[in-house]
Amino acid sequence: MALTVEVVLEGIKEIVVEVAGIDANIIAMDKKFTDDLDVDSLSMVEVVVAAEEKFGVKIPDDEVTKMATVGDAVNFIVANGK
Amino acid sequence: MSLKFTQEVQSARILSVGAYRPPRVVPNSEIVGRIDSTDEWIQQRTGIQTRHIASADESLIDMAEKSAVIAIKRAGLTAEDIDAVIFATISYPYQAPSAATELLVRLGNTKAAAFDISAACAGFCYGVALANDLVRNKTAKNVLVMGAEKLSDYTDPDDRATAFIFADGAGSVVIGPSQDIGIGPTVWGASAETREAILLEPSFLEFKNNPGKLDIGWPNITQQGQTVFRWAVYEIAPIALRALEAAGLTPDTLDAFIPHQANDRIIESLVKSMKLPDTVAVAHDIRTSGNTSSASIPLAMDALLAEMPNLHGKSALIIGFGAGLVYAGQVVELPPKPSN
Repeated sequence: MALTVEVVLEGIKEIVVEVAGIDANIIAMDKKFTDDLDVDSLSMVEVVVAAEEKFGVKIPDDEVTKMATVGDAVNFIVANGK
Repeated sequence: MSLKFTQEVQSARILSVGAYRPPRVVPNSEIVGRIDSTDEWIQQRTGIQTRHIASADESLIDMAEKSAVIAIKRAGLTAEDIDAVIFATISYPYQAPSAATELLVRLGNTKAAAFDISAACAGFCYGVALANDLVRNKTAKNVLVMGAEKLSDYTDPDDRATAFIFADGAGSVVIGPSQDIGIGPTVWGASAETREAILLEPSFLEFKNNPGKLDIGWPNITQQGQTVFRWAVYEIAPIALRALEAAGLTPDTLDAFIPHQANDRIIESLVKSMKLPDTVAVAHDIRTSGNTSSASIPLAMDALLAEMPNLHGKSALIIGFGAGLVYAGQVVELPPKPSN
């Protein structure tokens, strides 16, 4: 399946629900991981590792620190995925 | 040419464990003021509620001596019976002579072989690996493996990433001959490409070469939390499982898991990744001891045995991981209940 924004966003939603235990409906491109979704820096590591596995993409540590919103993560994966 | 050396191999085990924690207990409330944090935030990120911090006049060797005296007594031995001391630490304030030889003087046995190892939070398990090989090859009979740290000397109380993590303490084991194999194969190695993730700098030479320069501060530990967390959970879990497999055990047949007490979130994630069942007792000494680097595994072992005495003589997977980045793990038979 091609990694479109829609596909990746759905995948990220599943991961964040699993890691942070929050309602999938509040997860959107403009939401901030820390402030809006209760994903702290360590939970973010879990999200990133799960996303790497799900989409077969490598997300370096310095990219992780730049990912403030869900959209930042989705766009990185779409741009760097196979 | 053929040289003479013993062909026989002598099985080894942990004969005893000894722990010493400095009496002063420091709650999160004493730390949060300088780093604009809260007790809740620290507990959520690390699981740490309190830690033990040594007083200014209590040295690393003071703590190590107290731990060693307990371990030697519980082994039913005297200091003279110890013929090698392996001292794992990153916080002894001298390059030479070693912490191990200062400990020998304190113990009143100045003739044993003695040396320090620098493998940070993996230091204790590196020491167990070496001690096992020394006893197996009959190079030594009874080896004291010490993990002791006074990390409060090297922690910046204003660093929001580390001020609440590191603490002080000393834990040790005596490893000696045994009828059966009591220490499984060691799985060890490094991820040195990630060496920068945990540092203790500047070096002595930077002080010497920049006299009077105030921006060259006292050496403190710095840590890239997310990088270390990711490595600790996702790289270490498969290594821990390899150590288990190497000893011929499975998660179902293991009795206890005593990982380096780095962070409770790392411990929980390791347990989850390794799919350890509820029947495995897991050490969480971090919650009341903080991260004491090389001391954390023997301290946690002592605490777990005090809490669950039925674990004496049972199997435990111990694994250390930290600055380097380096790691070492092995399955051990926990020491028997001391008779004295």
